[in-house]
Amino acid sequence: MSEPFSVQDLSGWGRLSTVPCHVYRPEKRRALQTILTDAPHTLLARGLGRSYGDQAVNANGGIVLFERLNRMTAFDPTTGLLECEAGVSLAEIIRTFLPRGFFLPVVPGTAYITVGGAIANDIHGKNHHIHGAFSSCVESLELLTPDGGRLHCSRNEHADVFWATVGGCGLTGMILCATLRLQRVESAWIDVSYYRCRDLDEVFSRMAEHDEHYTYSVAWIDAVGRGKNLGRSVLMLGRHAPASSLPAHMASDPYRVPRRRRPAVPMNMPEFLLSRPSLCIFNSLYYYAHPTADRRVPIPTYFFPLDAIGHWNRLYGKRGFIQYQFVVPKEAYGIIRSTLELVSKEARGSFLAVLKAMGPAGGGMLSFPKPGYTLAMDLPNGNGLHEFLRKLDSLVVRNGGRIYLAKDITCTPEALREMYPRLSEFQAVCARLDPNRRLQSDLSRRLRLREETL
Amino acid sequence: VTASVSMQQRPSLLILGATSTMARAVAHYFARNGWDLVLAAKDARENERNAADIRVRYGVHCGAIPFDALAFENHDKVLEDCQADLGRVPDGVLLCFGYLTDQAEAQQDFGKARRVIDINFTAAVSVLERFAAVFEARHAGFIAALSSVAGDRGRQSNYVYGAAKAGLTAYLQGLRNRLFHAGVNVITIKPGFVDTKMIYGMKVPTLLVATPEKAAADIFRAIQKRKDNAYVPRFWWFIMTIVCALPEPIFKRLKL
Repeated sequence: MSEPFSVQDLSGWGRLSTVPCHVYRPEKRRALQTILTDAPHTLLARGLGRSYGDQAVNANGGIVLFERLNRMTAFDPTTGLLECEAGVSLAEIIRTFLPRGFFLPVVPGTAYITVGGAIANDIHGKNHHIHGAFSSCVESLELLTPDGGRLHCSRNEHADVFWATVGGCGLTGMILCATLRLQRVESAWIDVSYYRCRDLDEVFSRMAEHDEHYTYSVAWIDAVGRGKNLGRSVLMLGRHAPASSLPAHMASDPYRVPRRRRPAVPMNMPEFLLSRPSLCIFNSLYYYAHPTADRRVPIPTYFFPLDAIGHWNRLYGKRGFIQYQFVVPKEAYGIIRSTLELVSKEARGSFLAVLKAMGPAGGGMLSFPKPGYTLAMDLPNGNGLHEFLRKLDSLVVRNGGRIYLAKDITCTPEALREMYPRLSEFQAVCARLDPNRRLQSDLSRRLRLREETL
Repeated sequence: VTASVSMQQRPSLLILGATSTMARAVAHYFARNGWDLVLAAKDARENERNAADIRVRYGVHCGAIPFDALAFENHDKVLEDCQADLGRVPDGVLLCFGYLTDQAEAQQDFGKARRVIDINFTAAVSVLERFAAVFEARHAGFIAALSSVAGDRGRQSNYVYGAAKAGLTAYLQGLRNRLFHAGVNVITIKPGFVDTKMIYGMKVPTLLVATPEKAAADIFRAIQKRKDNAYVPRFWWFIMTIVCALPEPIFKRLKL
């Protein structure tokens, strides 16, 4: 019997545009197999839809939701190894294991992503300069290959498939399950040192001075600031609070943190919220609310500030937004300044811009992280956003940088080939696993990821 | 429910047809509340994954045993397997299996219609009688089963399924009457629209659709409160009261 689907208009988290997709939601492993064998269109796995651009949509094709394939099948508290299916969210893992003293070694800015999505984007976190990307805690994974077979891969077993799947945007197969190595933590608290920095020079020098001494490091930047306020920022350095440092009332249960309420944005917000005056007010409030100081904050507050607000993407109104993120080598740090100047000159900035230093690249063929500085900014739609992003892309390419595919919506096939020199290795693995191009996405078609020559 | 449980042991539940999404949600809800579980289902691998998931997340006992609703001759074995796995007779059994096919197919192909009746009704009678006998003799336990609002009144769009569920509802009524005298509770659960494969892709008013987690919470509450009948979610009581109150001369003219 064929599996039911529903035709839905889907978009990325930035909601720039929607496309109709045949959306499947298998509830059993066997149903997933049936969909892969029988569905009369191309397919793509989708997790919680947090990729901003067109990576997790497949116009007029099939989308397979993994929300019901979310079982945790084994956990060994002596090694911290967790075996779970791709649909398990990081939020579920944290909810289940933080009270037992385990935490994910790498988390992004939201816990509402799936393990499958974390692998397919090889996501990174505030500790990339120390721990590397998500793949560093992936011991192995099991892939449902486009021909319906199952392939167990790791650094030692089908290593090429492993490194093509890590950061591979879901194009090598559908990740069924993965074995992750969780790390022990002594508490659910992070000791944070906030540094309020007047400008870019100050934040760069503070990063250079402190990063190696802190597990976590990230700077919020006021992307609206101009002139002498350009690049004013708050650097947030963090490390796990040791149990011995907790006061008695917290030490009795070091893994208990205050519950957060989770209000949601009920509807698309009007556009005046994004006008320059209201953004200036918000960003100044944020800047002055974070004086240089040390504070102890719960893990969710430090890592996932926006998870406290449901549907926060509605803040950008019905026109949507994109989060643009790139990384450039350290010597090209001047690009960060040029970008911020362009953004503030054209008044495109918004609430959120984040700067971070990255450590060595991992083994993923299409993994985003590489050594240097990465800047991520929310840019509201409108006023020629796509042309503006193209301009930034060429600036990034010229300086040996690359953009993050999880957030991309405008990059060209030509620019991509300069950014990702290992693309041909990726294509060789895809050609072997998926000769009929059963797995596709809007992103894979736009960037012609499978075409060896343009 | 917990009266029969000794101080050291957690309450326990056997779920029949445990790989459905509804059953999975119910299992999670019970496990989160400290119940030991035994999951019985046909797809052994899927069932074992679900059981492992519950063990990892909640640290309770959760076993997986084979069960095929249509293999009536093996129904005796379920009780044995469950006892062997759990080390005791479970405090309750929850019947979650069911089967819905397209009404038009059921009209054209008696094989399909028969399958609907056999799974939803005949298999339930076969398997629940075994537990009824054990619980009656022990003067303890409960039997809960997922029937359906579709069984409250026959409609042209799914009357074969509705008839089978109506049969199940009547069977449970009689069983309740019999087991009351032994102190065994029988709970008829009638879910409305729940967001599972059964209605996925169908045009259903979203306001009437409950998440499996919400349905599971309501089922847990109905069992804890020793209800006789429970609509899930509860507002279906109101809808079905109106549906059942319509006079037949009017009802038969409607396209429902």
